[in-house]
Amino acid sequence: MKHLIQLYVQQFKTTLAMMFQYRASLVIWTIGQVLEPLVYLIVWLVVAKSSGGSVGSYTTTDFAAYFIVLMLVNQVTYTWIMYEFEHRVREGVLSVALLKPVHPIHSDIADNISSKIITLPIMITIAIIFVFAFHASVAPPLWAILVFIPVLLLAFSVRFVLEWTLAQAAFWTTRVGAINQSYFVAFLFLSGQIAPLTLLPHPVQILSLLLPFRWLISFPVELLLGRLTMVETLIGLGAQFGWLIVSIILLRIVWRAGVKVYTAVGA
Amino acid sequence: MSKEKHNPMAYAIHVRDLSKFYVVSQQETGTKAAFQNLVHRRKTEVRAVDGISFDIEPGEIVGFLGPNGAGKTTTLKMLSGLLHPTSGELSVLGYVPSKREAVFLRQITLVMGQRNQLVWDIPAELTFELNQVIYRIPRDSYRSMVTELTELLDLGSLLKKPVRNLSLGERMKCEIAAALLHRPGVVFLDEPTIGLDVTMQQRIRTFIAEYNQRSGATVLLTSHYMADVAALCKRVLVIHHGKLLFDGELSGLLQQFTSHKTIIIQLDNCKANLSNYGEVKSYEDGRYTLRVPKAETARVTERLLAELPVIDLLVEEPPIEEVIARVFAQEEK
Repeated sequence: MKHLIQLYVQQFKTTLAMMFQYRASLVIWTIGQVLEPLVYLIVWLVVAKSSGGSVGSYTTTDFAAYFIVLMLVNQVTYTWIMYEFEHRVREGVLSVALLKPVHPIHSDIADNISSKIITLPIMITIAIIFVFAFHASVAPPLWAILVFIPVLLLAFSVRFVLEWTLAQAAFWTTRVGAINQSYFVAFLFLSGQIAPLTLLPHPVQILSLLLPFRWLISFPVELLLGRLTMVETLIGLGAQFGWLIVSIILLRIVWRAGVKVYTAVGA
Repeated sequence: MSKEKHNPMAYAIHVRDLSKFYVVSQQETGTKAAFQNLVHRRKTEVRAVDGISFDIEPGEIVGFLGPNGAGKTTTLKMLSGLLHPTSGELSVLGYVPSKREAVFLRQITLVMGQRNQLVWDIPAELTFELNQVIYRIPRDSYRSMVTELTELLDLGSLLKKPVRNLSLGERMKCEIAAALLHRPGVVFLDEPTIGLDVTMQQRIRTFIAEYNQRSGATVLLTSHYMADVAALCKRVLVIHHGKLLFDGELSGLLQQFTSHKTIIIQLDNCKANLSNYGEVKSYEDGRYTLRVPKAETARVTERLLAELPVIDLLVEEPPIEEVIARVFAQEEK
């Protein structure tokens, strides 16, 4: 454990040094992270205004709060591993990692946390500006604020492990683009990224309960907006734990099989 | 063959009947072939490594020779745990490489001339520090190793510059240093001097020899450059089409694969017909170059000295490159 902490601290230094080298791309990336929820927010504000000031249980200020919190939740839980893994497998970059006496996932976890720590202050500043610009109102009960932190960390853990597992499709196919695209479309609709899930048709809502996506985005967002009861929160936590266990088991199985394939055909 | 009785564990590297076969699908060009390919793919088996055996003692430097695609890199990857063998027995420092146990990985290193571990955009020093933690190198040991490597490889200020600003040779020196920080007992070097100029090749070569001497590490090295192998390795393994053609001292390789020697004689200002001594390759100012069958070298030399006014006589082995090229050419037939 002590060793892992040292490793993460050292990776933080490396990531920091790298991010300073890529300042321009950091800015572009941040703009993207902000722009997407901003577009959805504006669309929903227009819809709400044209239908008498609200849609379902969401008023214009609720929409603003929803998408601003969503922007932060997405920022914390987002990973880019699915874009990267194919390159690692195809170009043989993974070989260098496999020669190291540490599981390659650790450098990804550390790298991910590091870049989040570096970019989070910027995102929080933008969120505060948006709160005033869009007159967002957030008034969660104290317990919800306290539970929000572990819920957010669980959401990050599940999303990270899940996407790290899916990324390993690259071991079996050189064209992971189609898989990534399907995943991102499903994620967009079923996580609550494009619209609050309560506004979607009933069958979609049922489906979203069975899949992991909503527990990664919609659940933490609604929790902080004070829209969940304690029972609903407990159910959500249960679902997060369940998916964490499932995804860790999947990761182990898929990783073992994937490395076998990789080391069989020419690393 | 006293080695056969030896306990395999006593060797740094022990390889028996090691094979690696790949199945590759063949694609023919053309539209018709493309459609046929959708339904049925023609598959062929490629025998990258085909039943090789050898043992390497701790502290040895062994050169691995062979043309492109001979199976050198495949073998090194199996030895370092990156590839699973199709069949055969394999142990490195008593470990089975394909298990990739942390305790094994901490004791080996693989430097691939065409693949990098240094992070491109940041100074090499940061990758070094990351390796310190990854390999759990104690601070004192790390510092002394960095000092030692800096001195041996003349790294100087290179470690502070972003890797992308280094020349190919400078980068290779940093790559090698990064790969040795944890003082591995077994070092695999795959084309460590590829693309480097002669001076830099020389530098890396000297370094490898010194590292081997100081640390007692076992080194297995592949190289296209005969000079690397000739300078560093007493023992060579020659591999071609996945099969081991030769395992022994470099001089033995010459013995085994050369049928002729070259005799150069300087005669005292006279022209003679030497064709009954051997094949005359060249003549210039009384200086003849003769090619004679190896077995007859001594007899011919004796006759030349006895029968002709010889000022100077020199018997030479053909250049190693030529011998190796001939070995591979023979195999092709």
